[in-house]
Amino acid sequence: MKMNTESNVYTIVYSVVLVVIVAVLLAVVNQGLKSRQEANAQLDQQKQMLVALNQDYNNTDPAALYNSLVRDTLLVSEDGKAANIIRFEVEGQTKYILRLHGQGLWGGIGGYLALNADKNTIYGINFNHESETPGLGGEIVTPKFRNQFVGKHIKDQQGTIRSIAVLKEGKTADEGQEQVDAWAGATITSTGVNDMLLNNLQEYSDFLNKQCCKQVCKCTNCCKNDCTACQCGSAEDEQCCKQGGEQCCKKSDAQCCKQGGEQCCEKKCEETINKED
Amino acid sequence: MALSKKTKEAFLGPLNANNPVLVQILGICSALAVTVQLKPAIVMGLSVTIIVALSNLVVSLIRKSIPTRIRIIIQLVVVAALVTIVSEVLKAFAYDLAMQLSVYLGLIITNCILMGRLEAYAMTNDPWDSLVDGLGNGFGYAWILVVVAFVRELFGSGKLFGLQIIPESWYVANGGFYENCGMMLMPAMALILVGCIIWFHRSINDEKK
Repeated sequence: MKMNTESNVYTIVYSVVLVVIVAVLLAVVNQGLKSRQEANAQLDQQKQMLVALNQDYNNTDPAALYNSLVRDTLLVSEDGKAANIIRFEVEGQTKYILRLHGQGLWGGIGGYLALNADKNTIYGINFNHESETPGLGGEIVTPKFRNQFVGKHIKDQQGTIRSIAVLKEGKTADEGQEQVDAWAGATITSTGVNDMLLNNLQEYSDFLNKQCCKQVCKCTNCCKNDCTACQCGSAEDEQCCKQGGEQCCKKSDAQCCKQGGEQCCEKKCEETINKED
Repeated sequence: MALSKKTKEAFLGPLNANNPVLVQILGICSALAVTVQLKPAIVMGLSVTIIVALSNLVVSLIRKSIPTRIRIIIQLVVVAALVTIVSEVLKAFAYDLAMQLSVYLGLIITNCILMGRLEAYAMTNDPWDSLVDGLGNGFGYAWILVVVAFVRELFGSGKLFGLQIIPESWYVANGGFYENCGMMLMPAMALILVGCIIWFHRSINDEKK
C-alpha cells in the first residue's frame, strides 16, 4: 500500500517523528561527549595559563606540567565569591595568574596575566579571542604582541594601579603609566585589550593593594581578601595575624570565629560578632 | 569500480564547469569570512564538504517519504542536526580546531550551497549519486577558498600557513622596501579576488564554447 505523503496527518506525524528522532540523537551525542569536552576545555585553560607563565609544553604533558606548578586558588573579593586568582610557583618564585575578560571588535576577548610576587611586574601574559579578524585583531595572540608586556609594571611609583596602555606608535601614555604598541590595523581590538587590562586590574585592586596576610597566611575564612583555603586557626594563621592579618579580619569574619577562628582573629572577631548580634 | 557517466558528472561538474561559487555564485558570504589565512580556509572547505555530502546522502535516503510542503524545513533540520553533531565531535576530539572554527561551524548551516544541493539534487537523485554530488560541490567550494586564502595570506601578511614567506629583511620596518597589503585582510578584497577568478574562469570557458 502506498501512503499518501501529501495528507495533513502524514505531514504532521512525519515532522513530529523527525524532530523527536533528531532531538534524541543530539541529546545522546551531547551527553556522550560531555565529559571529554569539559576535560578538553579545562586542559585548554591550563595550556593558556602555561603560555602566560612562559612555559613550553610542547615536549611534555601539559596537564602534568600545570599540576607541578600550580599551588592554590586565592579568594579575592570582599564577599569572598570570586576565585579568580591562581598562585603558581615557577623556579621557586611565586607567580599569580589573573584572569582577564573584555570586548574586542567582533566578540569577547580574554586572557591570563601572570604577575611576579610583588604584584606589580608582569611575568607573562596570554590573550585569547572569540572571533577577531585573523591577521589583524587575531594577532593579539602572537608572541610578538604578547612579549611586549613582559617586565612592564602595572603600578606607578606611588603604588597606584595604572595598568598598561596599549597605544598606537608615536603616542605616549600618561605620566606614570607604562605602554606597549597597539597592533597596526587592529585599532578597536587594541583598544579592547587596553580597556580589558584597565578594568580587570581595577577589579583586582583588593588583591593587588592588600599588604596583609603574606605568603604564610593560609586561612580563607579569616583573611578572605587574600589568602588560600586551609584550616582556620592553624599555626600558619596565627603567624599571619601577628604579621598584620587583623586588617583583613575586620569585616567578614563572624563565620571564621564561629568555626574557631578566635585563635587567630582574637579581638577583632569578637567585635564583629558583637556588632552583628 | 566503474562510475557511471552521471556519477562522474556529479563529481567533476561542480569542480569546474558548474562550480557552486564561480558559476552559481553560492556560498560567497563564508568565502569572504574565512579566507584571510589558509588554514581556516582549508578546514572550512573540508567541513562544508563533509556536511554537504552527508546531508545530501541523508536527504536522498528519505527523499521519497518527505512531504513536499515541509521539505525545506526537513532539509534544514537534517543540516542543523549534522552541523551540531560535527561541532560536538570536534569539541570532544579536536578541541583546538573546534575553537578556531567556532563561529564558522555555525555559518555552515546558512551556506546556500547546502540548501541548493539538497533541493536541486538530493531530492530527485539516488543516495550514491547524491553523496558524490555533495563531495564534488564541497571540493568545488573548497578549492576556491584555498586559492583566495593563498593570495590573501601571502600578500596580506607575508605568510603561508602562518609561516613567514616574505623575508623579514624586506620590510620597510627593517630597512627594506616591502610593505604588506592591508587591503588583502579586508573582506572586500576577498570579493574582488573571487570576482577576478570568476572573470578568468568565464573567459576560458567561453572560449571553449
